[in-house]
Amino acid sequence: MTTITRPDRIDRGVGADPIRPDAPPKLRGEFAYSSDLHAEGMLWGATVRSPHAHARIVSIDVAPALSMAGVHAALTIDDVSGSRVFGLEHPDQPVLGDGEVRYWGEAVAVVAAEERETARLAAAAIEVTYESLVPLTDPEDAERIGSTFRTIEIVNGDEDARGEVVVEGYYEVGQQDQAPLGTESGLAIPDGEGGVDLHISTQWLHADHGQVVAALGLRPDQVRLHIAGIGGAFGSREDLSLQIHLCLLALYTGRPVKMVYDRAESFVGHVHRHPARMWYRHEADRDGTLRRVEARILLDGGAYASTSAAVLANACYFAVGPYQCESVVVHGAAARTNNPPAGAMRGFGAVQPCFGYEAQMDRLAETLGMDPVELRLTNALETGDHLPTTGQLIEGSLPTRRVIESLRDMPMLDTTSGDPRRLPGGTGLTTPPSSVRRGIGFAVGIKNLAFSEGFDDYAEARVTLTPEGLEIHTAAAEVGQGMVTVLEQIARTATGIESVRVVWNDTSRIGSAGSTSASRQTQMTGGAVLAACESVVAEALRRADADGIDNQGAWRDGDLVMTLPELLAEGPIEHLERFRHPQTELPDEHGRGKIHAGYAVAAHRAVVDVDPDLGLVRVVRVDTAQDVGRALNPASVIGQIEGGILQGVGLAIMEEIVLDDGVMKNASFTDYLLPTILDAPDVEAILIEEPDHWGPFGAKGVGEPPTISSTAAVAAAIRHATGKPLTRVPVRPEDIVGL
Amino acid sequence: MIRFTVNGAERTADPVGPESLLTTLRDRLGLYGSKDACEQGECGSCSVLLDGELVCSCLVMTADTDGSAVVTVEGIADGDTLHRVQQAMAEGGAVQCGFCTPGIVVAAAHLFEAHPDPSEEDLREALAGNICRCTGYGAIVRALGALSERAE
Repeated sequence: MTTITRPDRIDRGVGADPIRPDAPPKLRGEFAYSSDLHAEGMLWGATVRSPHAHARIVSIDVAPALSMAGVHAALTIDDVSGSRVFGLEHPDQPVLGDGEVRYWGEAVAVVAAEERETARLAAAAIEVTYESLVPLTDPEDAERIGSTFRTIEIVNGDEDARGEVVVEGYYEVGQQDQAPLGTESGLAIPDGEGGVDLHISTQWLHADHGQVVAALGLRPDQVRLHIAGIGGAFGSREDLSLQIHLCLLALYTGRPVKMVYDRAESFVGHVHRHPARMWYRHEADRDGTLRRVEARILLDGGAYASTSAAVLANACYFAVGPYQCESVVVHGAAARTNNPPAGAMRGFGAVQPCFGYEAQMDRLAETLGMDPVELRLTNALETGDHLPTTGQLIEGSLPTRRVIESLRDMPMLDTTSGDPRRLPGGTGLTTPPSSVRRGIGFAVGIKNLAFSEGFDDYAEARVTLTPEGLEIHTAAAEVGQGMVTVLEQIARTATGIESVRVVWNDTSRIGSAGSTSASRQTQMTGGAVLAACESVVAEALRRADADGIDNQGAWRDGDLVMTLPELLAEGPIEHLERFRHPQTELPDEHGRGKIHAGYAVAAHRAVVDVDPDLGLVRVVRVDTAQDVGRALNPASVIGQIEGGILQGVGLAIMEEIVLDDGVMKNASFTDYLLPTILDAPDVEAILIEEPDHWGPFGAKGVGEPPTISSTAAVAAAIRHATGKPLTRVPVRPEDIVGL
Repeated sequence: MIRFTVNGAERTADPVGPESLLTTLRDRLGLYGSKDACEQGECGSCSVLLDGELVCSCLVMTADTDGSAVVTVEGIADGDTLHRVQQAMAEGGAVQCGFCTPGIVVAAAHLFEAHPDPSEEDLREALAGNICRCTGYGAIVRALGALSERAE
């Protein structure tokens, strides 16, 4: 036996920045997204959509489509044999228009044809007769008549508490689109025995599976969902889009069917961030101590439930922000209207109130004659405090004060480039340097991690030790965030085995990993992988009577006692783990209780240059400090921070879906503006590492905190530069110029 | 029927009417590397080189490309060896979902071919037609900026 020294430290483990395994194929154009799939004999699907925000369907005539050469199917709600409605939380959305359409762009019929273009023409040939109805598009009108998905009343603390200083404000947040680069797409393949395999880009494979099975009226084992390459998500893939339609068409025609939305269709094919109207009243003592916050928060949920109930919950529970407050009263409502449905988007209800409460904190500081950062420190909410809305004791790490102080103390780098293209007028060169006004804004935000309100939130993963190394089997969606790398790193550090690969399982081979949302997969699937690895190691040590394992095999007292093949001669070692976070509960009638499993805070400091004549803004830099628990992959954390900040910048100054009586006016990348590389600010980030109480190695989710307060910080900076109140985002040129 | 070269290989295609080069590449030639994210020339995900010029293949009519030389993202690497733009982006954490990545690879390879020493602003202007929704562009600027001869 050769004596080999065991390495002390595993390469590419936790804390390192290994090259992600999917980077080379993505850079070569060889990575297969759901839109790149192909099957022999494949048909193309297309969708007929409502041109009305609200109408009764009088009749649907599919005959003109079916008479076209190459058209194999034209299906309506009458072809749905299972549940006619679907929905992530509450099934209320018809699979296809069912007697009535309730938003502009609602799916009414689907077709399948030999060529993509034929399918489009066939969809256009279907004759739908509508009787137009008056759309309900104002969420305040909707709430007044009781058309809501959920209302929440929170009353917590000393109802008699009052402050000497009062500031009030009204704030609005426009509707943001997730705009992942990959549009909705998928491929359904019938199995010839009445079942179907669906290859799909999604955030939550098993939630899709349950809804597809219900609509098809099949047994769960007859429908298998497989994750295909995903071109970004940001919340847009948490609800179903074309999943059921593809399976219906494949089962009807007996042929594989592929469907890819174009960008315009994508804009109505997924839910968006809730637009918000918010009324705030803050009361404080002269020394800045917050005594009472009253808020009314109204979200427009659009036509169907989607996740409105949970988004509203977040908006209400985080209505005060990361601050202590003696007395809180919040009224929240998610209105049901005839606007396109709203649902999940990165930040999930925590973004909207942050714009409101941080504007209020700045107003309060100004009224008190206090430094706005000091005011935030005075009221900072920390571990051991109680969330002022729910009253829940904060048990995990919450280094709010350290986050704020770290950012306050970060030197401000001078990033004036001197290049005229970096002025607010950009490459249009419309801004003379002498007219530029600079402003600085500071904001802090908080969000819950993983699912809340008593949801049975779990993630399943199976780790198998083979002679080639470890396999991590999971159905968790890698949407681009880098989970695949982090899972491998966790497994390496947990086992000492360097060869690790992630194997995606379809729904028939593993249980749910839960959604890739709520910043939860590093903690949840990461937690499952860590626990499974620990069990695998324990079994390996038992088999070999060893004290350690690595890529070579099992070791005892510094000697290799069994190679991996020897260790596994009696079969592979594997462990299936179902990981749960600390149990949460539903709120009581006052909105109180142990609602959340954990929290993260982040602060942002924005520097903007404003052209006051043209109303143009360039965000020069956004610095940040973020509570990350422990950075398992620092480069990926920075990637989430920079990407999240830019989405926050987009909401602050350019991104908004424009609706006119329920009709979307800018469903394209020409008219819905997204930040380009010329719009991107420089970012300096400080990672605050105070391990949390349940994530693997103390890690917290990091995806959403960058979007919570970056928008508020940019808006504050523009206020600082212009002196305008700017109570609405996105801030438009006319808001700055004063038209 | 049109004849052109794609990544150096002679190819023919029989486009229907105003079919875009992007559709021909993806749906007829099976070259799925070029991505369709907006089909309006706004996002750059479908960027290819057409006779050495950087174009959005969604805005080019295949019928107009007879006799042309097309280079797609699949033609950027030298066999198993990644192009230095690809290597830098892999090492620099500049890839997340990757849907914009092929377009950025083609645009950046084209930039460095013509201008080996771009300033950061030159780099940003050259990539202003490529929308990335994941990275916030920071890692892309750092990875590619380090390739400029100015950075050496």
